[in-house]
Amino acid sequence: MTETQKSLALHFGLLALLFALQFILPAYHHGNLSRIMVLATYAIGYNLLFGYTGLLSLGHAMFFAAGMYGMGLMIRHLGFTPAPALLIGVLAGLALSAAVGALALRTTGVAFMIVTLMFAQAGYLIILYFGEWTRGDEGFVIQQVQRSLWGIDLSDPTARYFAAWMLFSACLALSLWLIRHPFGRTLIAIRENESRAQMLGYDVFRHKLGAVVLSGTISAAAGAAYALLFGYAGASFATVQYSILPLLWVLLGGAGTLIGPFLGTLFTFYLIDIASAFTTAYMLVVGIVLVALTLFARQGIGGEIRARLWNWLP
Amino acid sequence: MEFGPYLMLASLEGAVTAAVLALTAVGLSLVFGVMRVVNVAHGEFFMLGAVLAWWIATTMGGHPAAGFAAALIVAPILVGVIAAAADMTILKRVDYDPERTIVVTIGLLYIIQQLTLMTYGPEARPVEPPFNTRLALPWIEWGENGLGLYWPWGLSTTTYKLAVIGAAAVVLIGVWLLMTRTRIGLVMRATQLDREMAQAFGIPVERIYALVFGLGAALAALGAVLIVPIQQAHYLMGGDPLLLSFIVVIIGGLGSLPGTVVAAILIGMSDGIISVFFTPTLAKILATLLVALVLVFRPQGLFGARPA
Amino acid sequence: MTLLGARMLSKDFGGLHAVRNVDIDVPEGQIRALIGPNGAGKTTLIGLICGRLAPTSGTVRFADQDISHLPAHRRIRLGIAYTFQITSIFDRLTLHENVALAVRRLGGDPATEVPAALDRVGLLQHQRRLAGDLSYGHQRLLEIAMGLAQKPRLLILDEPTQGLSDSEIDAFKALIRDLKSETTILLIEHNMSVVMETADIITVLNFGEVLAEGTPSAIRANPDVQAAYLGTG
Repeated sequence: MTETQKSLALHFGLLALLFALQFILPAYHHGNLSRIMVLATYAIGYNLLFGYTGLLSLGHAMFFAAGMYGMGLMIRHLGFTPAPALLIGVLAGLALSAAVGALALRTTGVAFMIVTLMFAQAGYLIILYFGEWTRGDEGFVIQQVQRSLWGIDLSDPTARYFAAWMLFSACLALSLWLIRHPFGRTLIAIRENESRAQMLGYDVFRHKLGAVVLSGTISAAAGAAYALLFGYAGASFATVQYSILPLLWVLLGGAGTLIGPFLGTLFTFYLIDIASAFTTAYMLVVGIVLVALTLFARQGIGGEIRARLWNWLP
Repeated sequence: MEFGPYLMLASLEGAVTAAVLALTAVGLSLVFGVMRVVNVAHGEFFMLGAVLAWWIATTMGGHPAAGFAAALIVAPILVGVIAAAADMTILKRVDYDPERTIVVTIGLLYIIQQLTLMTYGPEARPVEPPFNTRLALPWIEWGENGLGLYWPWGLSTTTYKLAVIGAAAVVLIGVWLLMTRTRIGLVMRATQLDREMAQAFGIPVERIYALVFGLGAALAALGAVLIVPIQQAHYLMGGDPLLLSFIVVIIGGLGSLPGTVVAAILIGMSDGIISVFFTPTLAKILATLLVALVLVFRPQGLFGARPA
Repeated sequence: MTLLGARMLSKDFGGLHAVRNVDIDVPEGQIRALIGPNGAGKTTLIGLICGRLAPTSGTVRFADQDISHLPAHRRIRLGIAYTFQITSIFDRLTLHENVALAVRRLGGDPATEVPAALDRVGLLQHQRRLAGDLSYGHQRLLEIAMGLAQKPRLLILDEPTQGLSDSEIDAFKALIRDLKSETTILLIEHNMSVVMETADIITVLNFGEVLAEGTPSAIRANPDVQAAYLGTG
């Protein structure tokens, strides 16, 4: 097999496995995996910016929340049906990421991290400020009757799993295609050596902006899908914690690998799940894993696999 | 209350906020200035100071002043030692790489916060102030007999609040003297200017870094000990000071101590005064957006000089 | 026809005049060498020409167009290729991908053009290796291959032979002579045998100013240049 074939076999094999698992898994893990696939989509969006372009954002929760509220508020206050509401959620993420990117990309490094953090914090506070519509920290439930997409009831576990799988598959396939496309190759070049990429004649700013928008839009799609599939939107999804989590998922799974976001999300989800059975301080796990990864395994799971087993892993 | 007295009250409350904020932010600024790293766990060192203050005061028992005095000395030292240990075991090993340091201090943030939750618990607990006499304040007004003083109801402060402002001022002057007038301050500034050069001249850079990181955390802890008789100690109390310190340090010009103090006074005072006009949430929204835009358009800070 | 023309180009760093009132004209098809003692302002001047630095004053024209206000990547797109003095390649990507990035920007076909460019510098057999694994001299050659792959109208080489072996330097001289029919070259070089054997015209910089300009034999005979290099009055 060529490297391309191996890579396609691996990633489509994963999708096939995830599809098949729904028939085997007990209800609890079935529900978890639906959630993991939506969150892994968020991580895929984050990884495009962090793993492939080399830009570390500490504010992606604002894009996730833009999708969530863009979608949720349309249903709640304007009586939209899910399809157009989803579209508006995604568009909200697109517009927000374009605006934030255009400003934040004037900075680099630590300043970029803090600017994104500050914008996200402002976003969170704005959700609280308009509590009359958003119901602030408490959030709001999207009723079962409002969650029917093209006649399919998305509160039904089977439909929900399938929808999550579709979203995850689409975004994984998109990123698989993207990193083979010249645009994606250029993002990697910018990550590796920005001034060299510029002196080859690439417009670095526009490529980075494209990456922020793509990343923000995928994150918004995940946020919108999360609210629709699980019937709830709340300001907690806009907090710093939800900006840190995708960073953790991607670091754990392996930044700059396609399979990393899924692996990282899966492991973190179950780590937190297990830890919360023992203590309310389950976020301790997040802290320990972050420190341990930074100290001992900078490449994450996917990076270690690439370094030790499969050097073709994209 | 009328507007004038109300504004005066807000300014006094703002001055207390500003005093504590200045201590906390100068700690963050010191670490950024000398070590060129952003410590995201800074707010947790603040929280740790407050929680330890409660623990020390409760363990001591006896007169509140004795417990508080012990906390005022012991809590910052303990927090400083913990921070220095974190520097030597963790930050040193990521080689103070700016981005990896941020990630690793985020990890530290959760570890400290969640360990506090596991041991101290989710309750908010007060510490009794060592002294707390209410001082009614006068207001000037045109009355029937011309200009006269009167005491509006509710316009008051406490001796303790005034003491907080005084204590913060003394400590800040102390830090300034330490940095400008002592040998250790000179060594710190040399390290800040050029780490390699400092190392070449035999300055033990690693020990200086541990010292600075400990000192930065101790200043945050000190701020927390001072505020804990007014607020309460809670395991999630580190978030706001972290955010506000970020705002202050960035607006004051990264790594500039005088700029940081000026910005702390500005932000702390306006936090009190703005909330007269806006809701606190709106004030925070405006402040965070201001910080983001300052970093984008004026990265040297509002008070910093544009580099040549 | 003049391909590159700079007028009164100056750059100050604080109080230091790194480049002062430099005029330079390079006609199409010429091999121009830029020499001068360390700190003479050669790399700064190149930085001003390709837009990595903003000039304090002065203008740059390229192919009958004022490019003084264009950002670096736009200048590159007009047909300037630049190789860095301190090797700047994509260490963790393969040689093939390094050159392919140059080829793709012009809309070329990497499958044919990448091997062609690597072949010209003698690195074809290494094209699947990671660039960071190459020896320093080979990394210099890779930079040149990336420059060639851009099919530039002006190729700027900043100390290309630094770290090359004698046989590699001979191959490099041959390559430069070979390129003469295809492109204009601006060459910063310390190795005098390379300069004397390849350059049509030499410009000598000293303390940020043009000290002399002329053919290799004229420059060799110029007493000012000798003084600047040997430090004797």
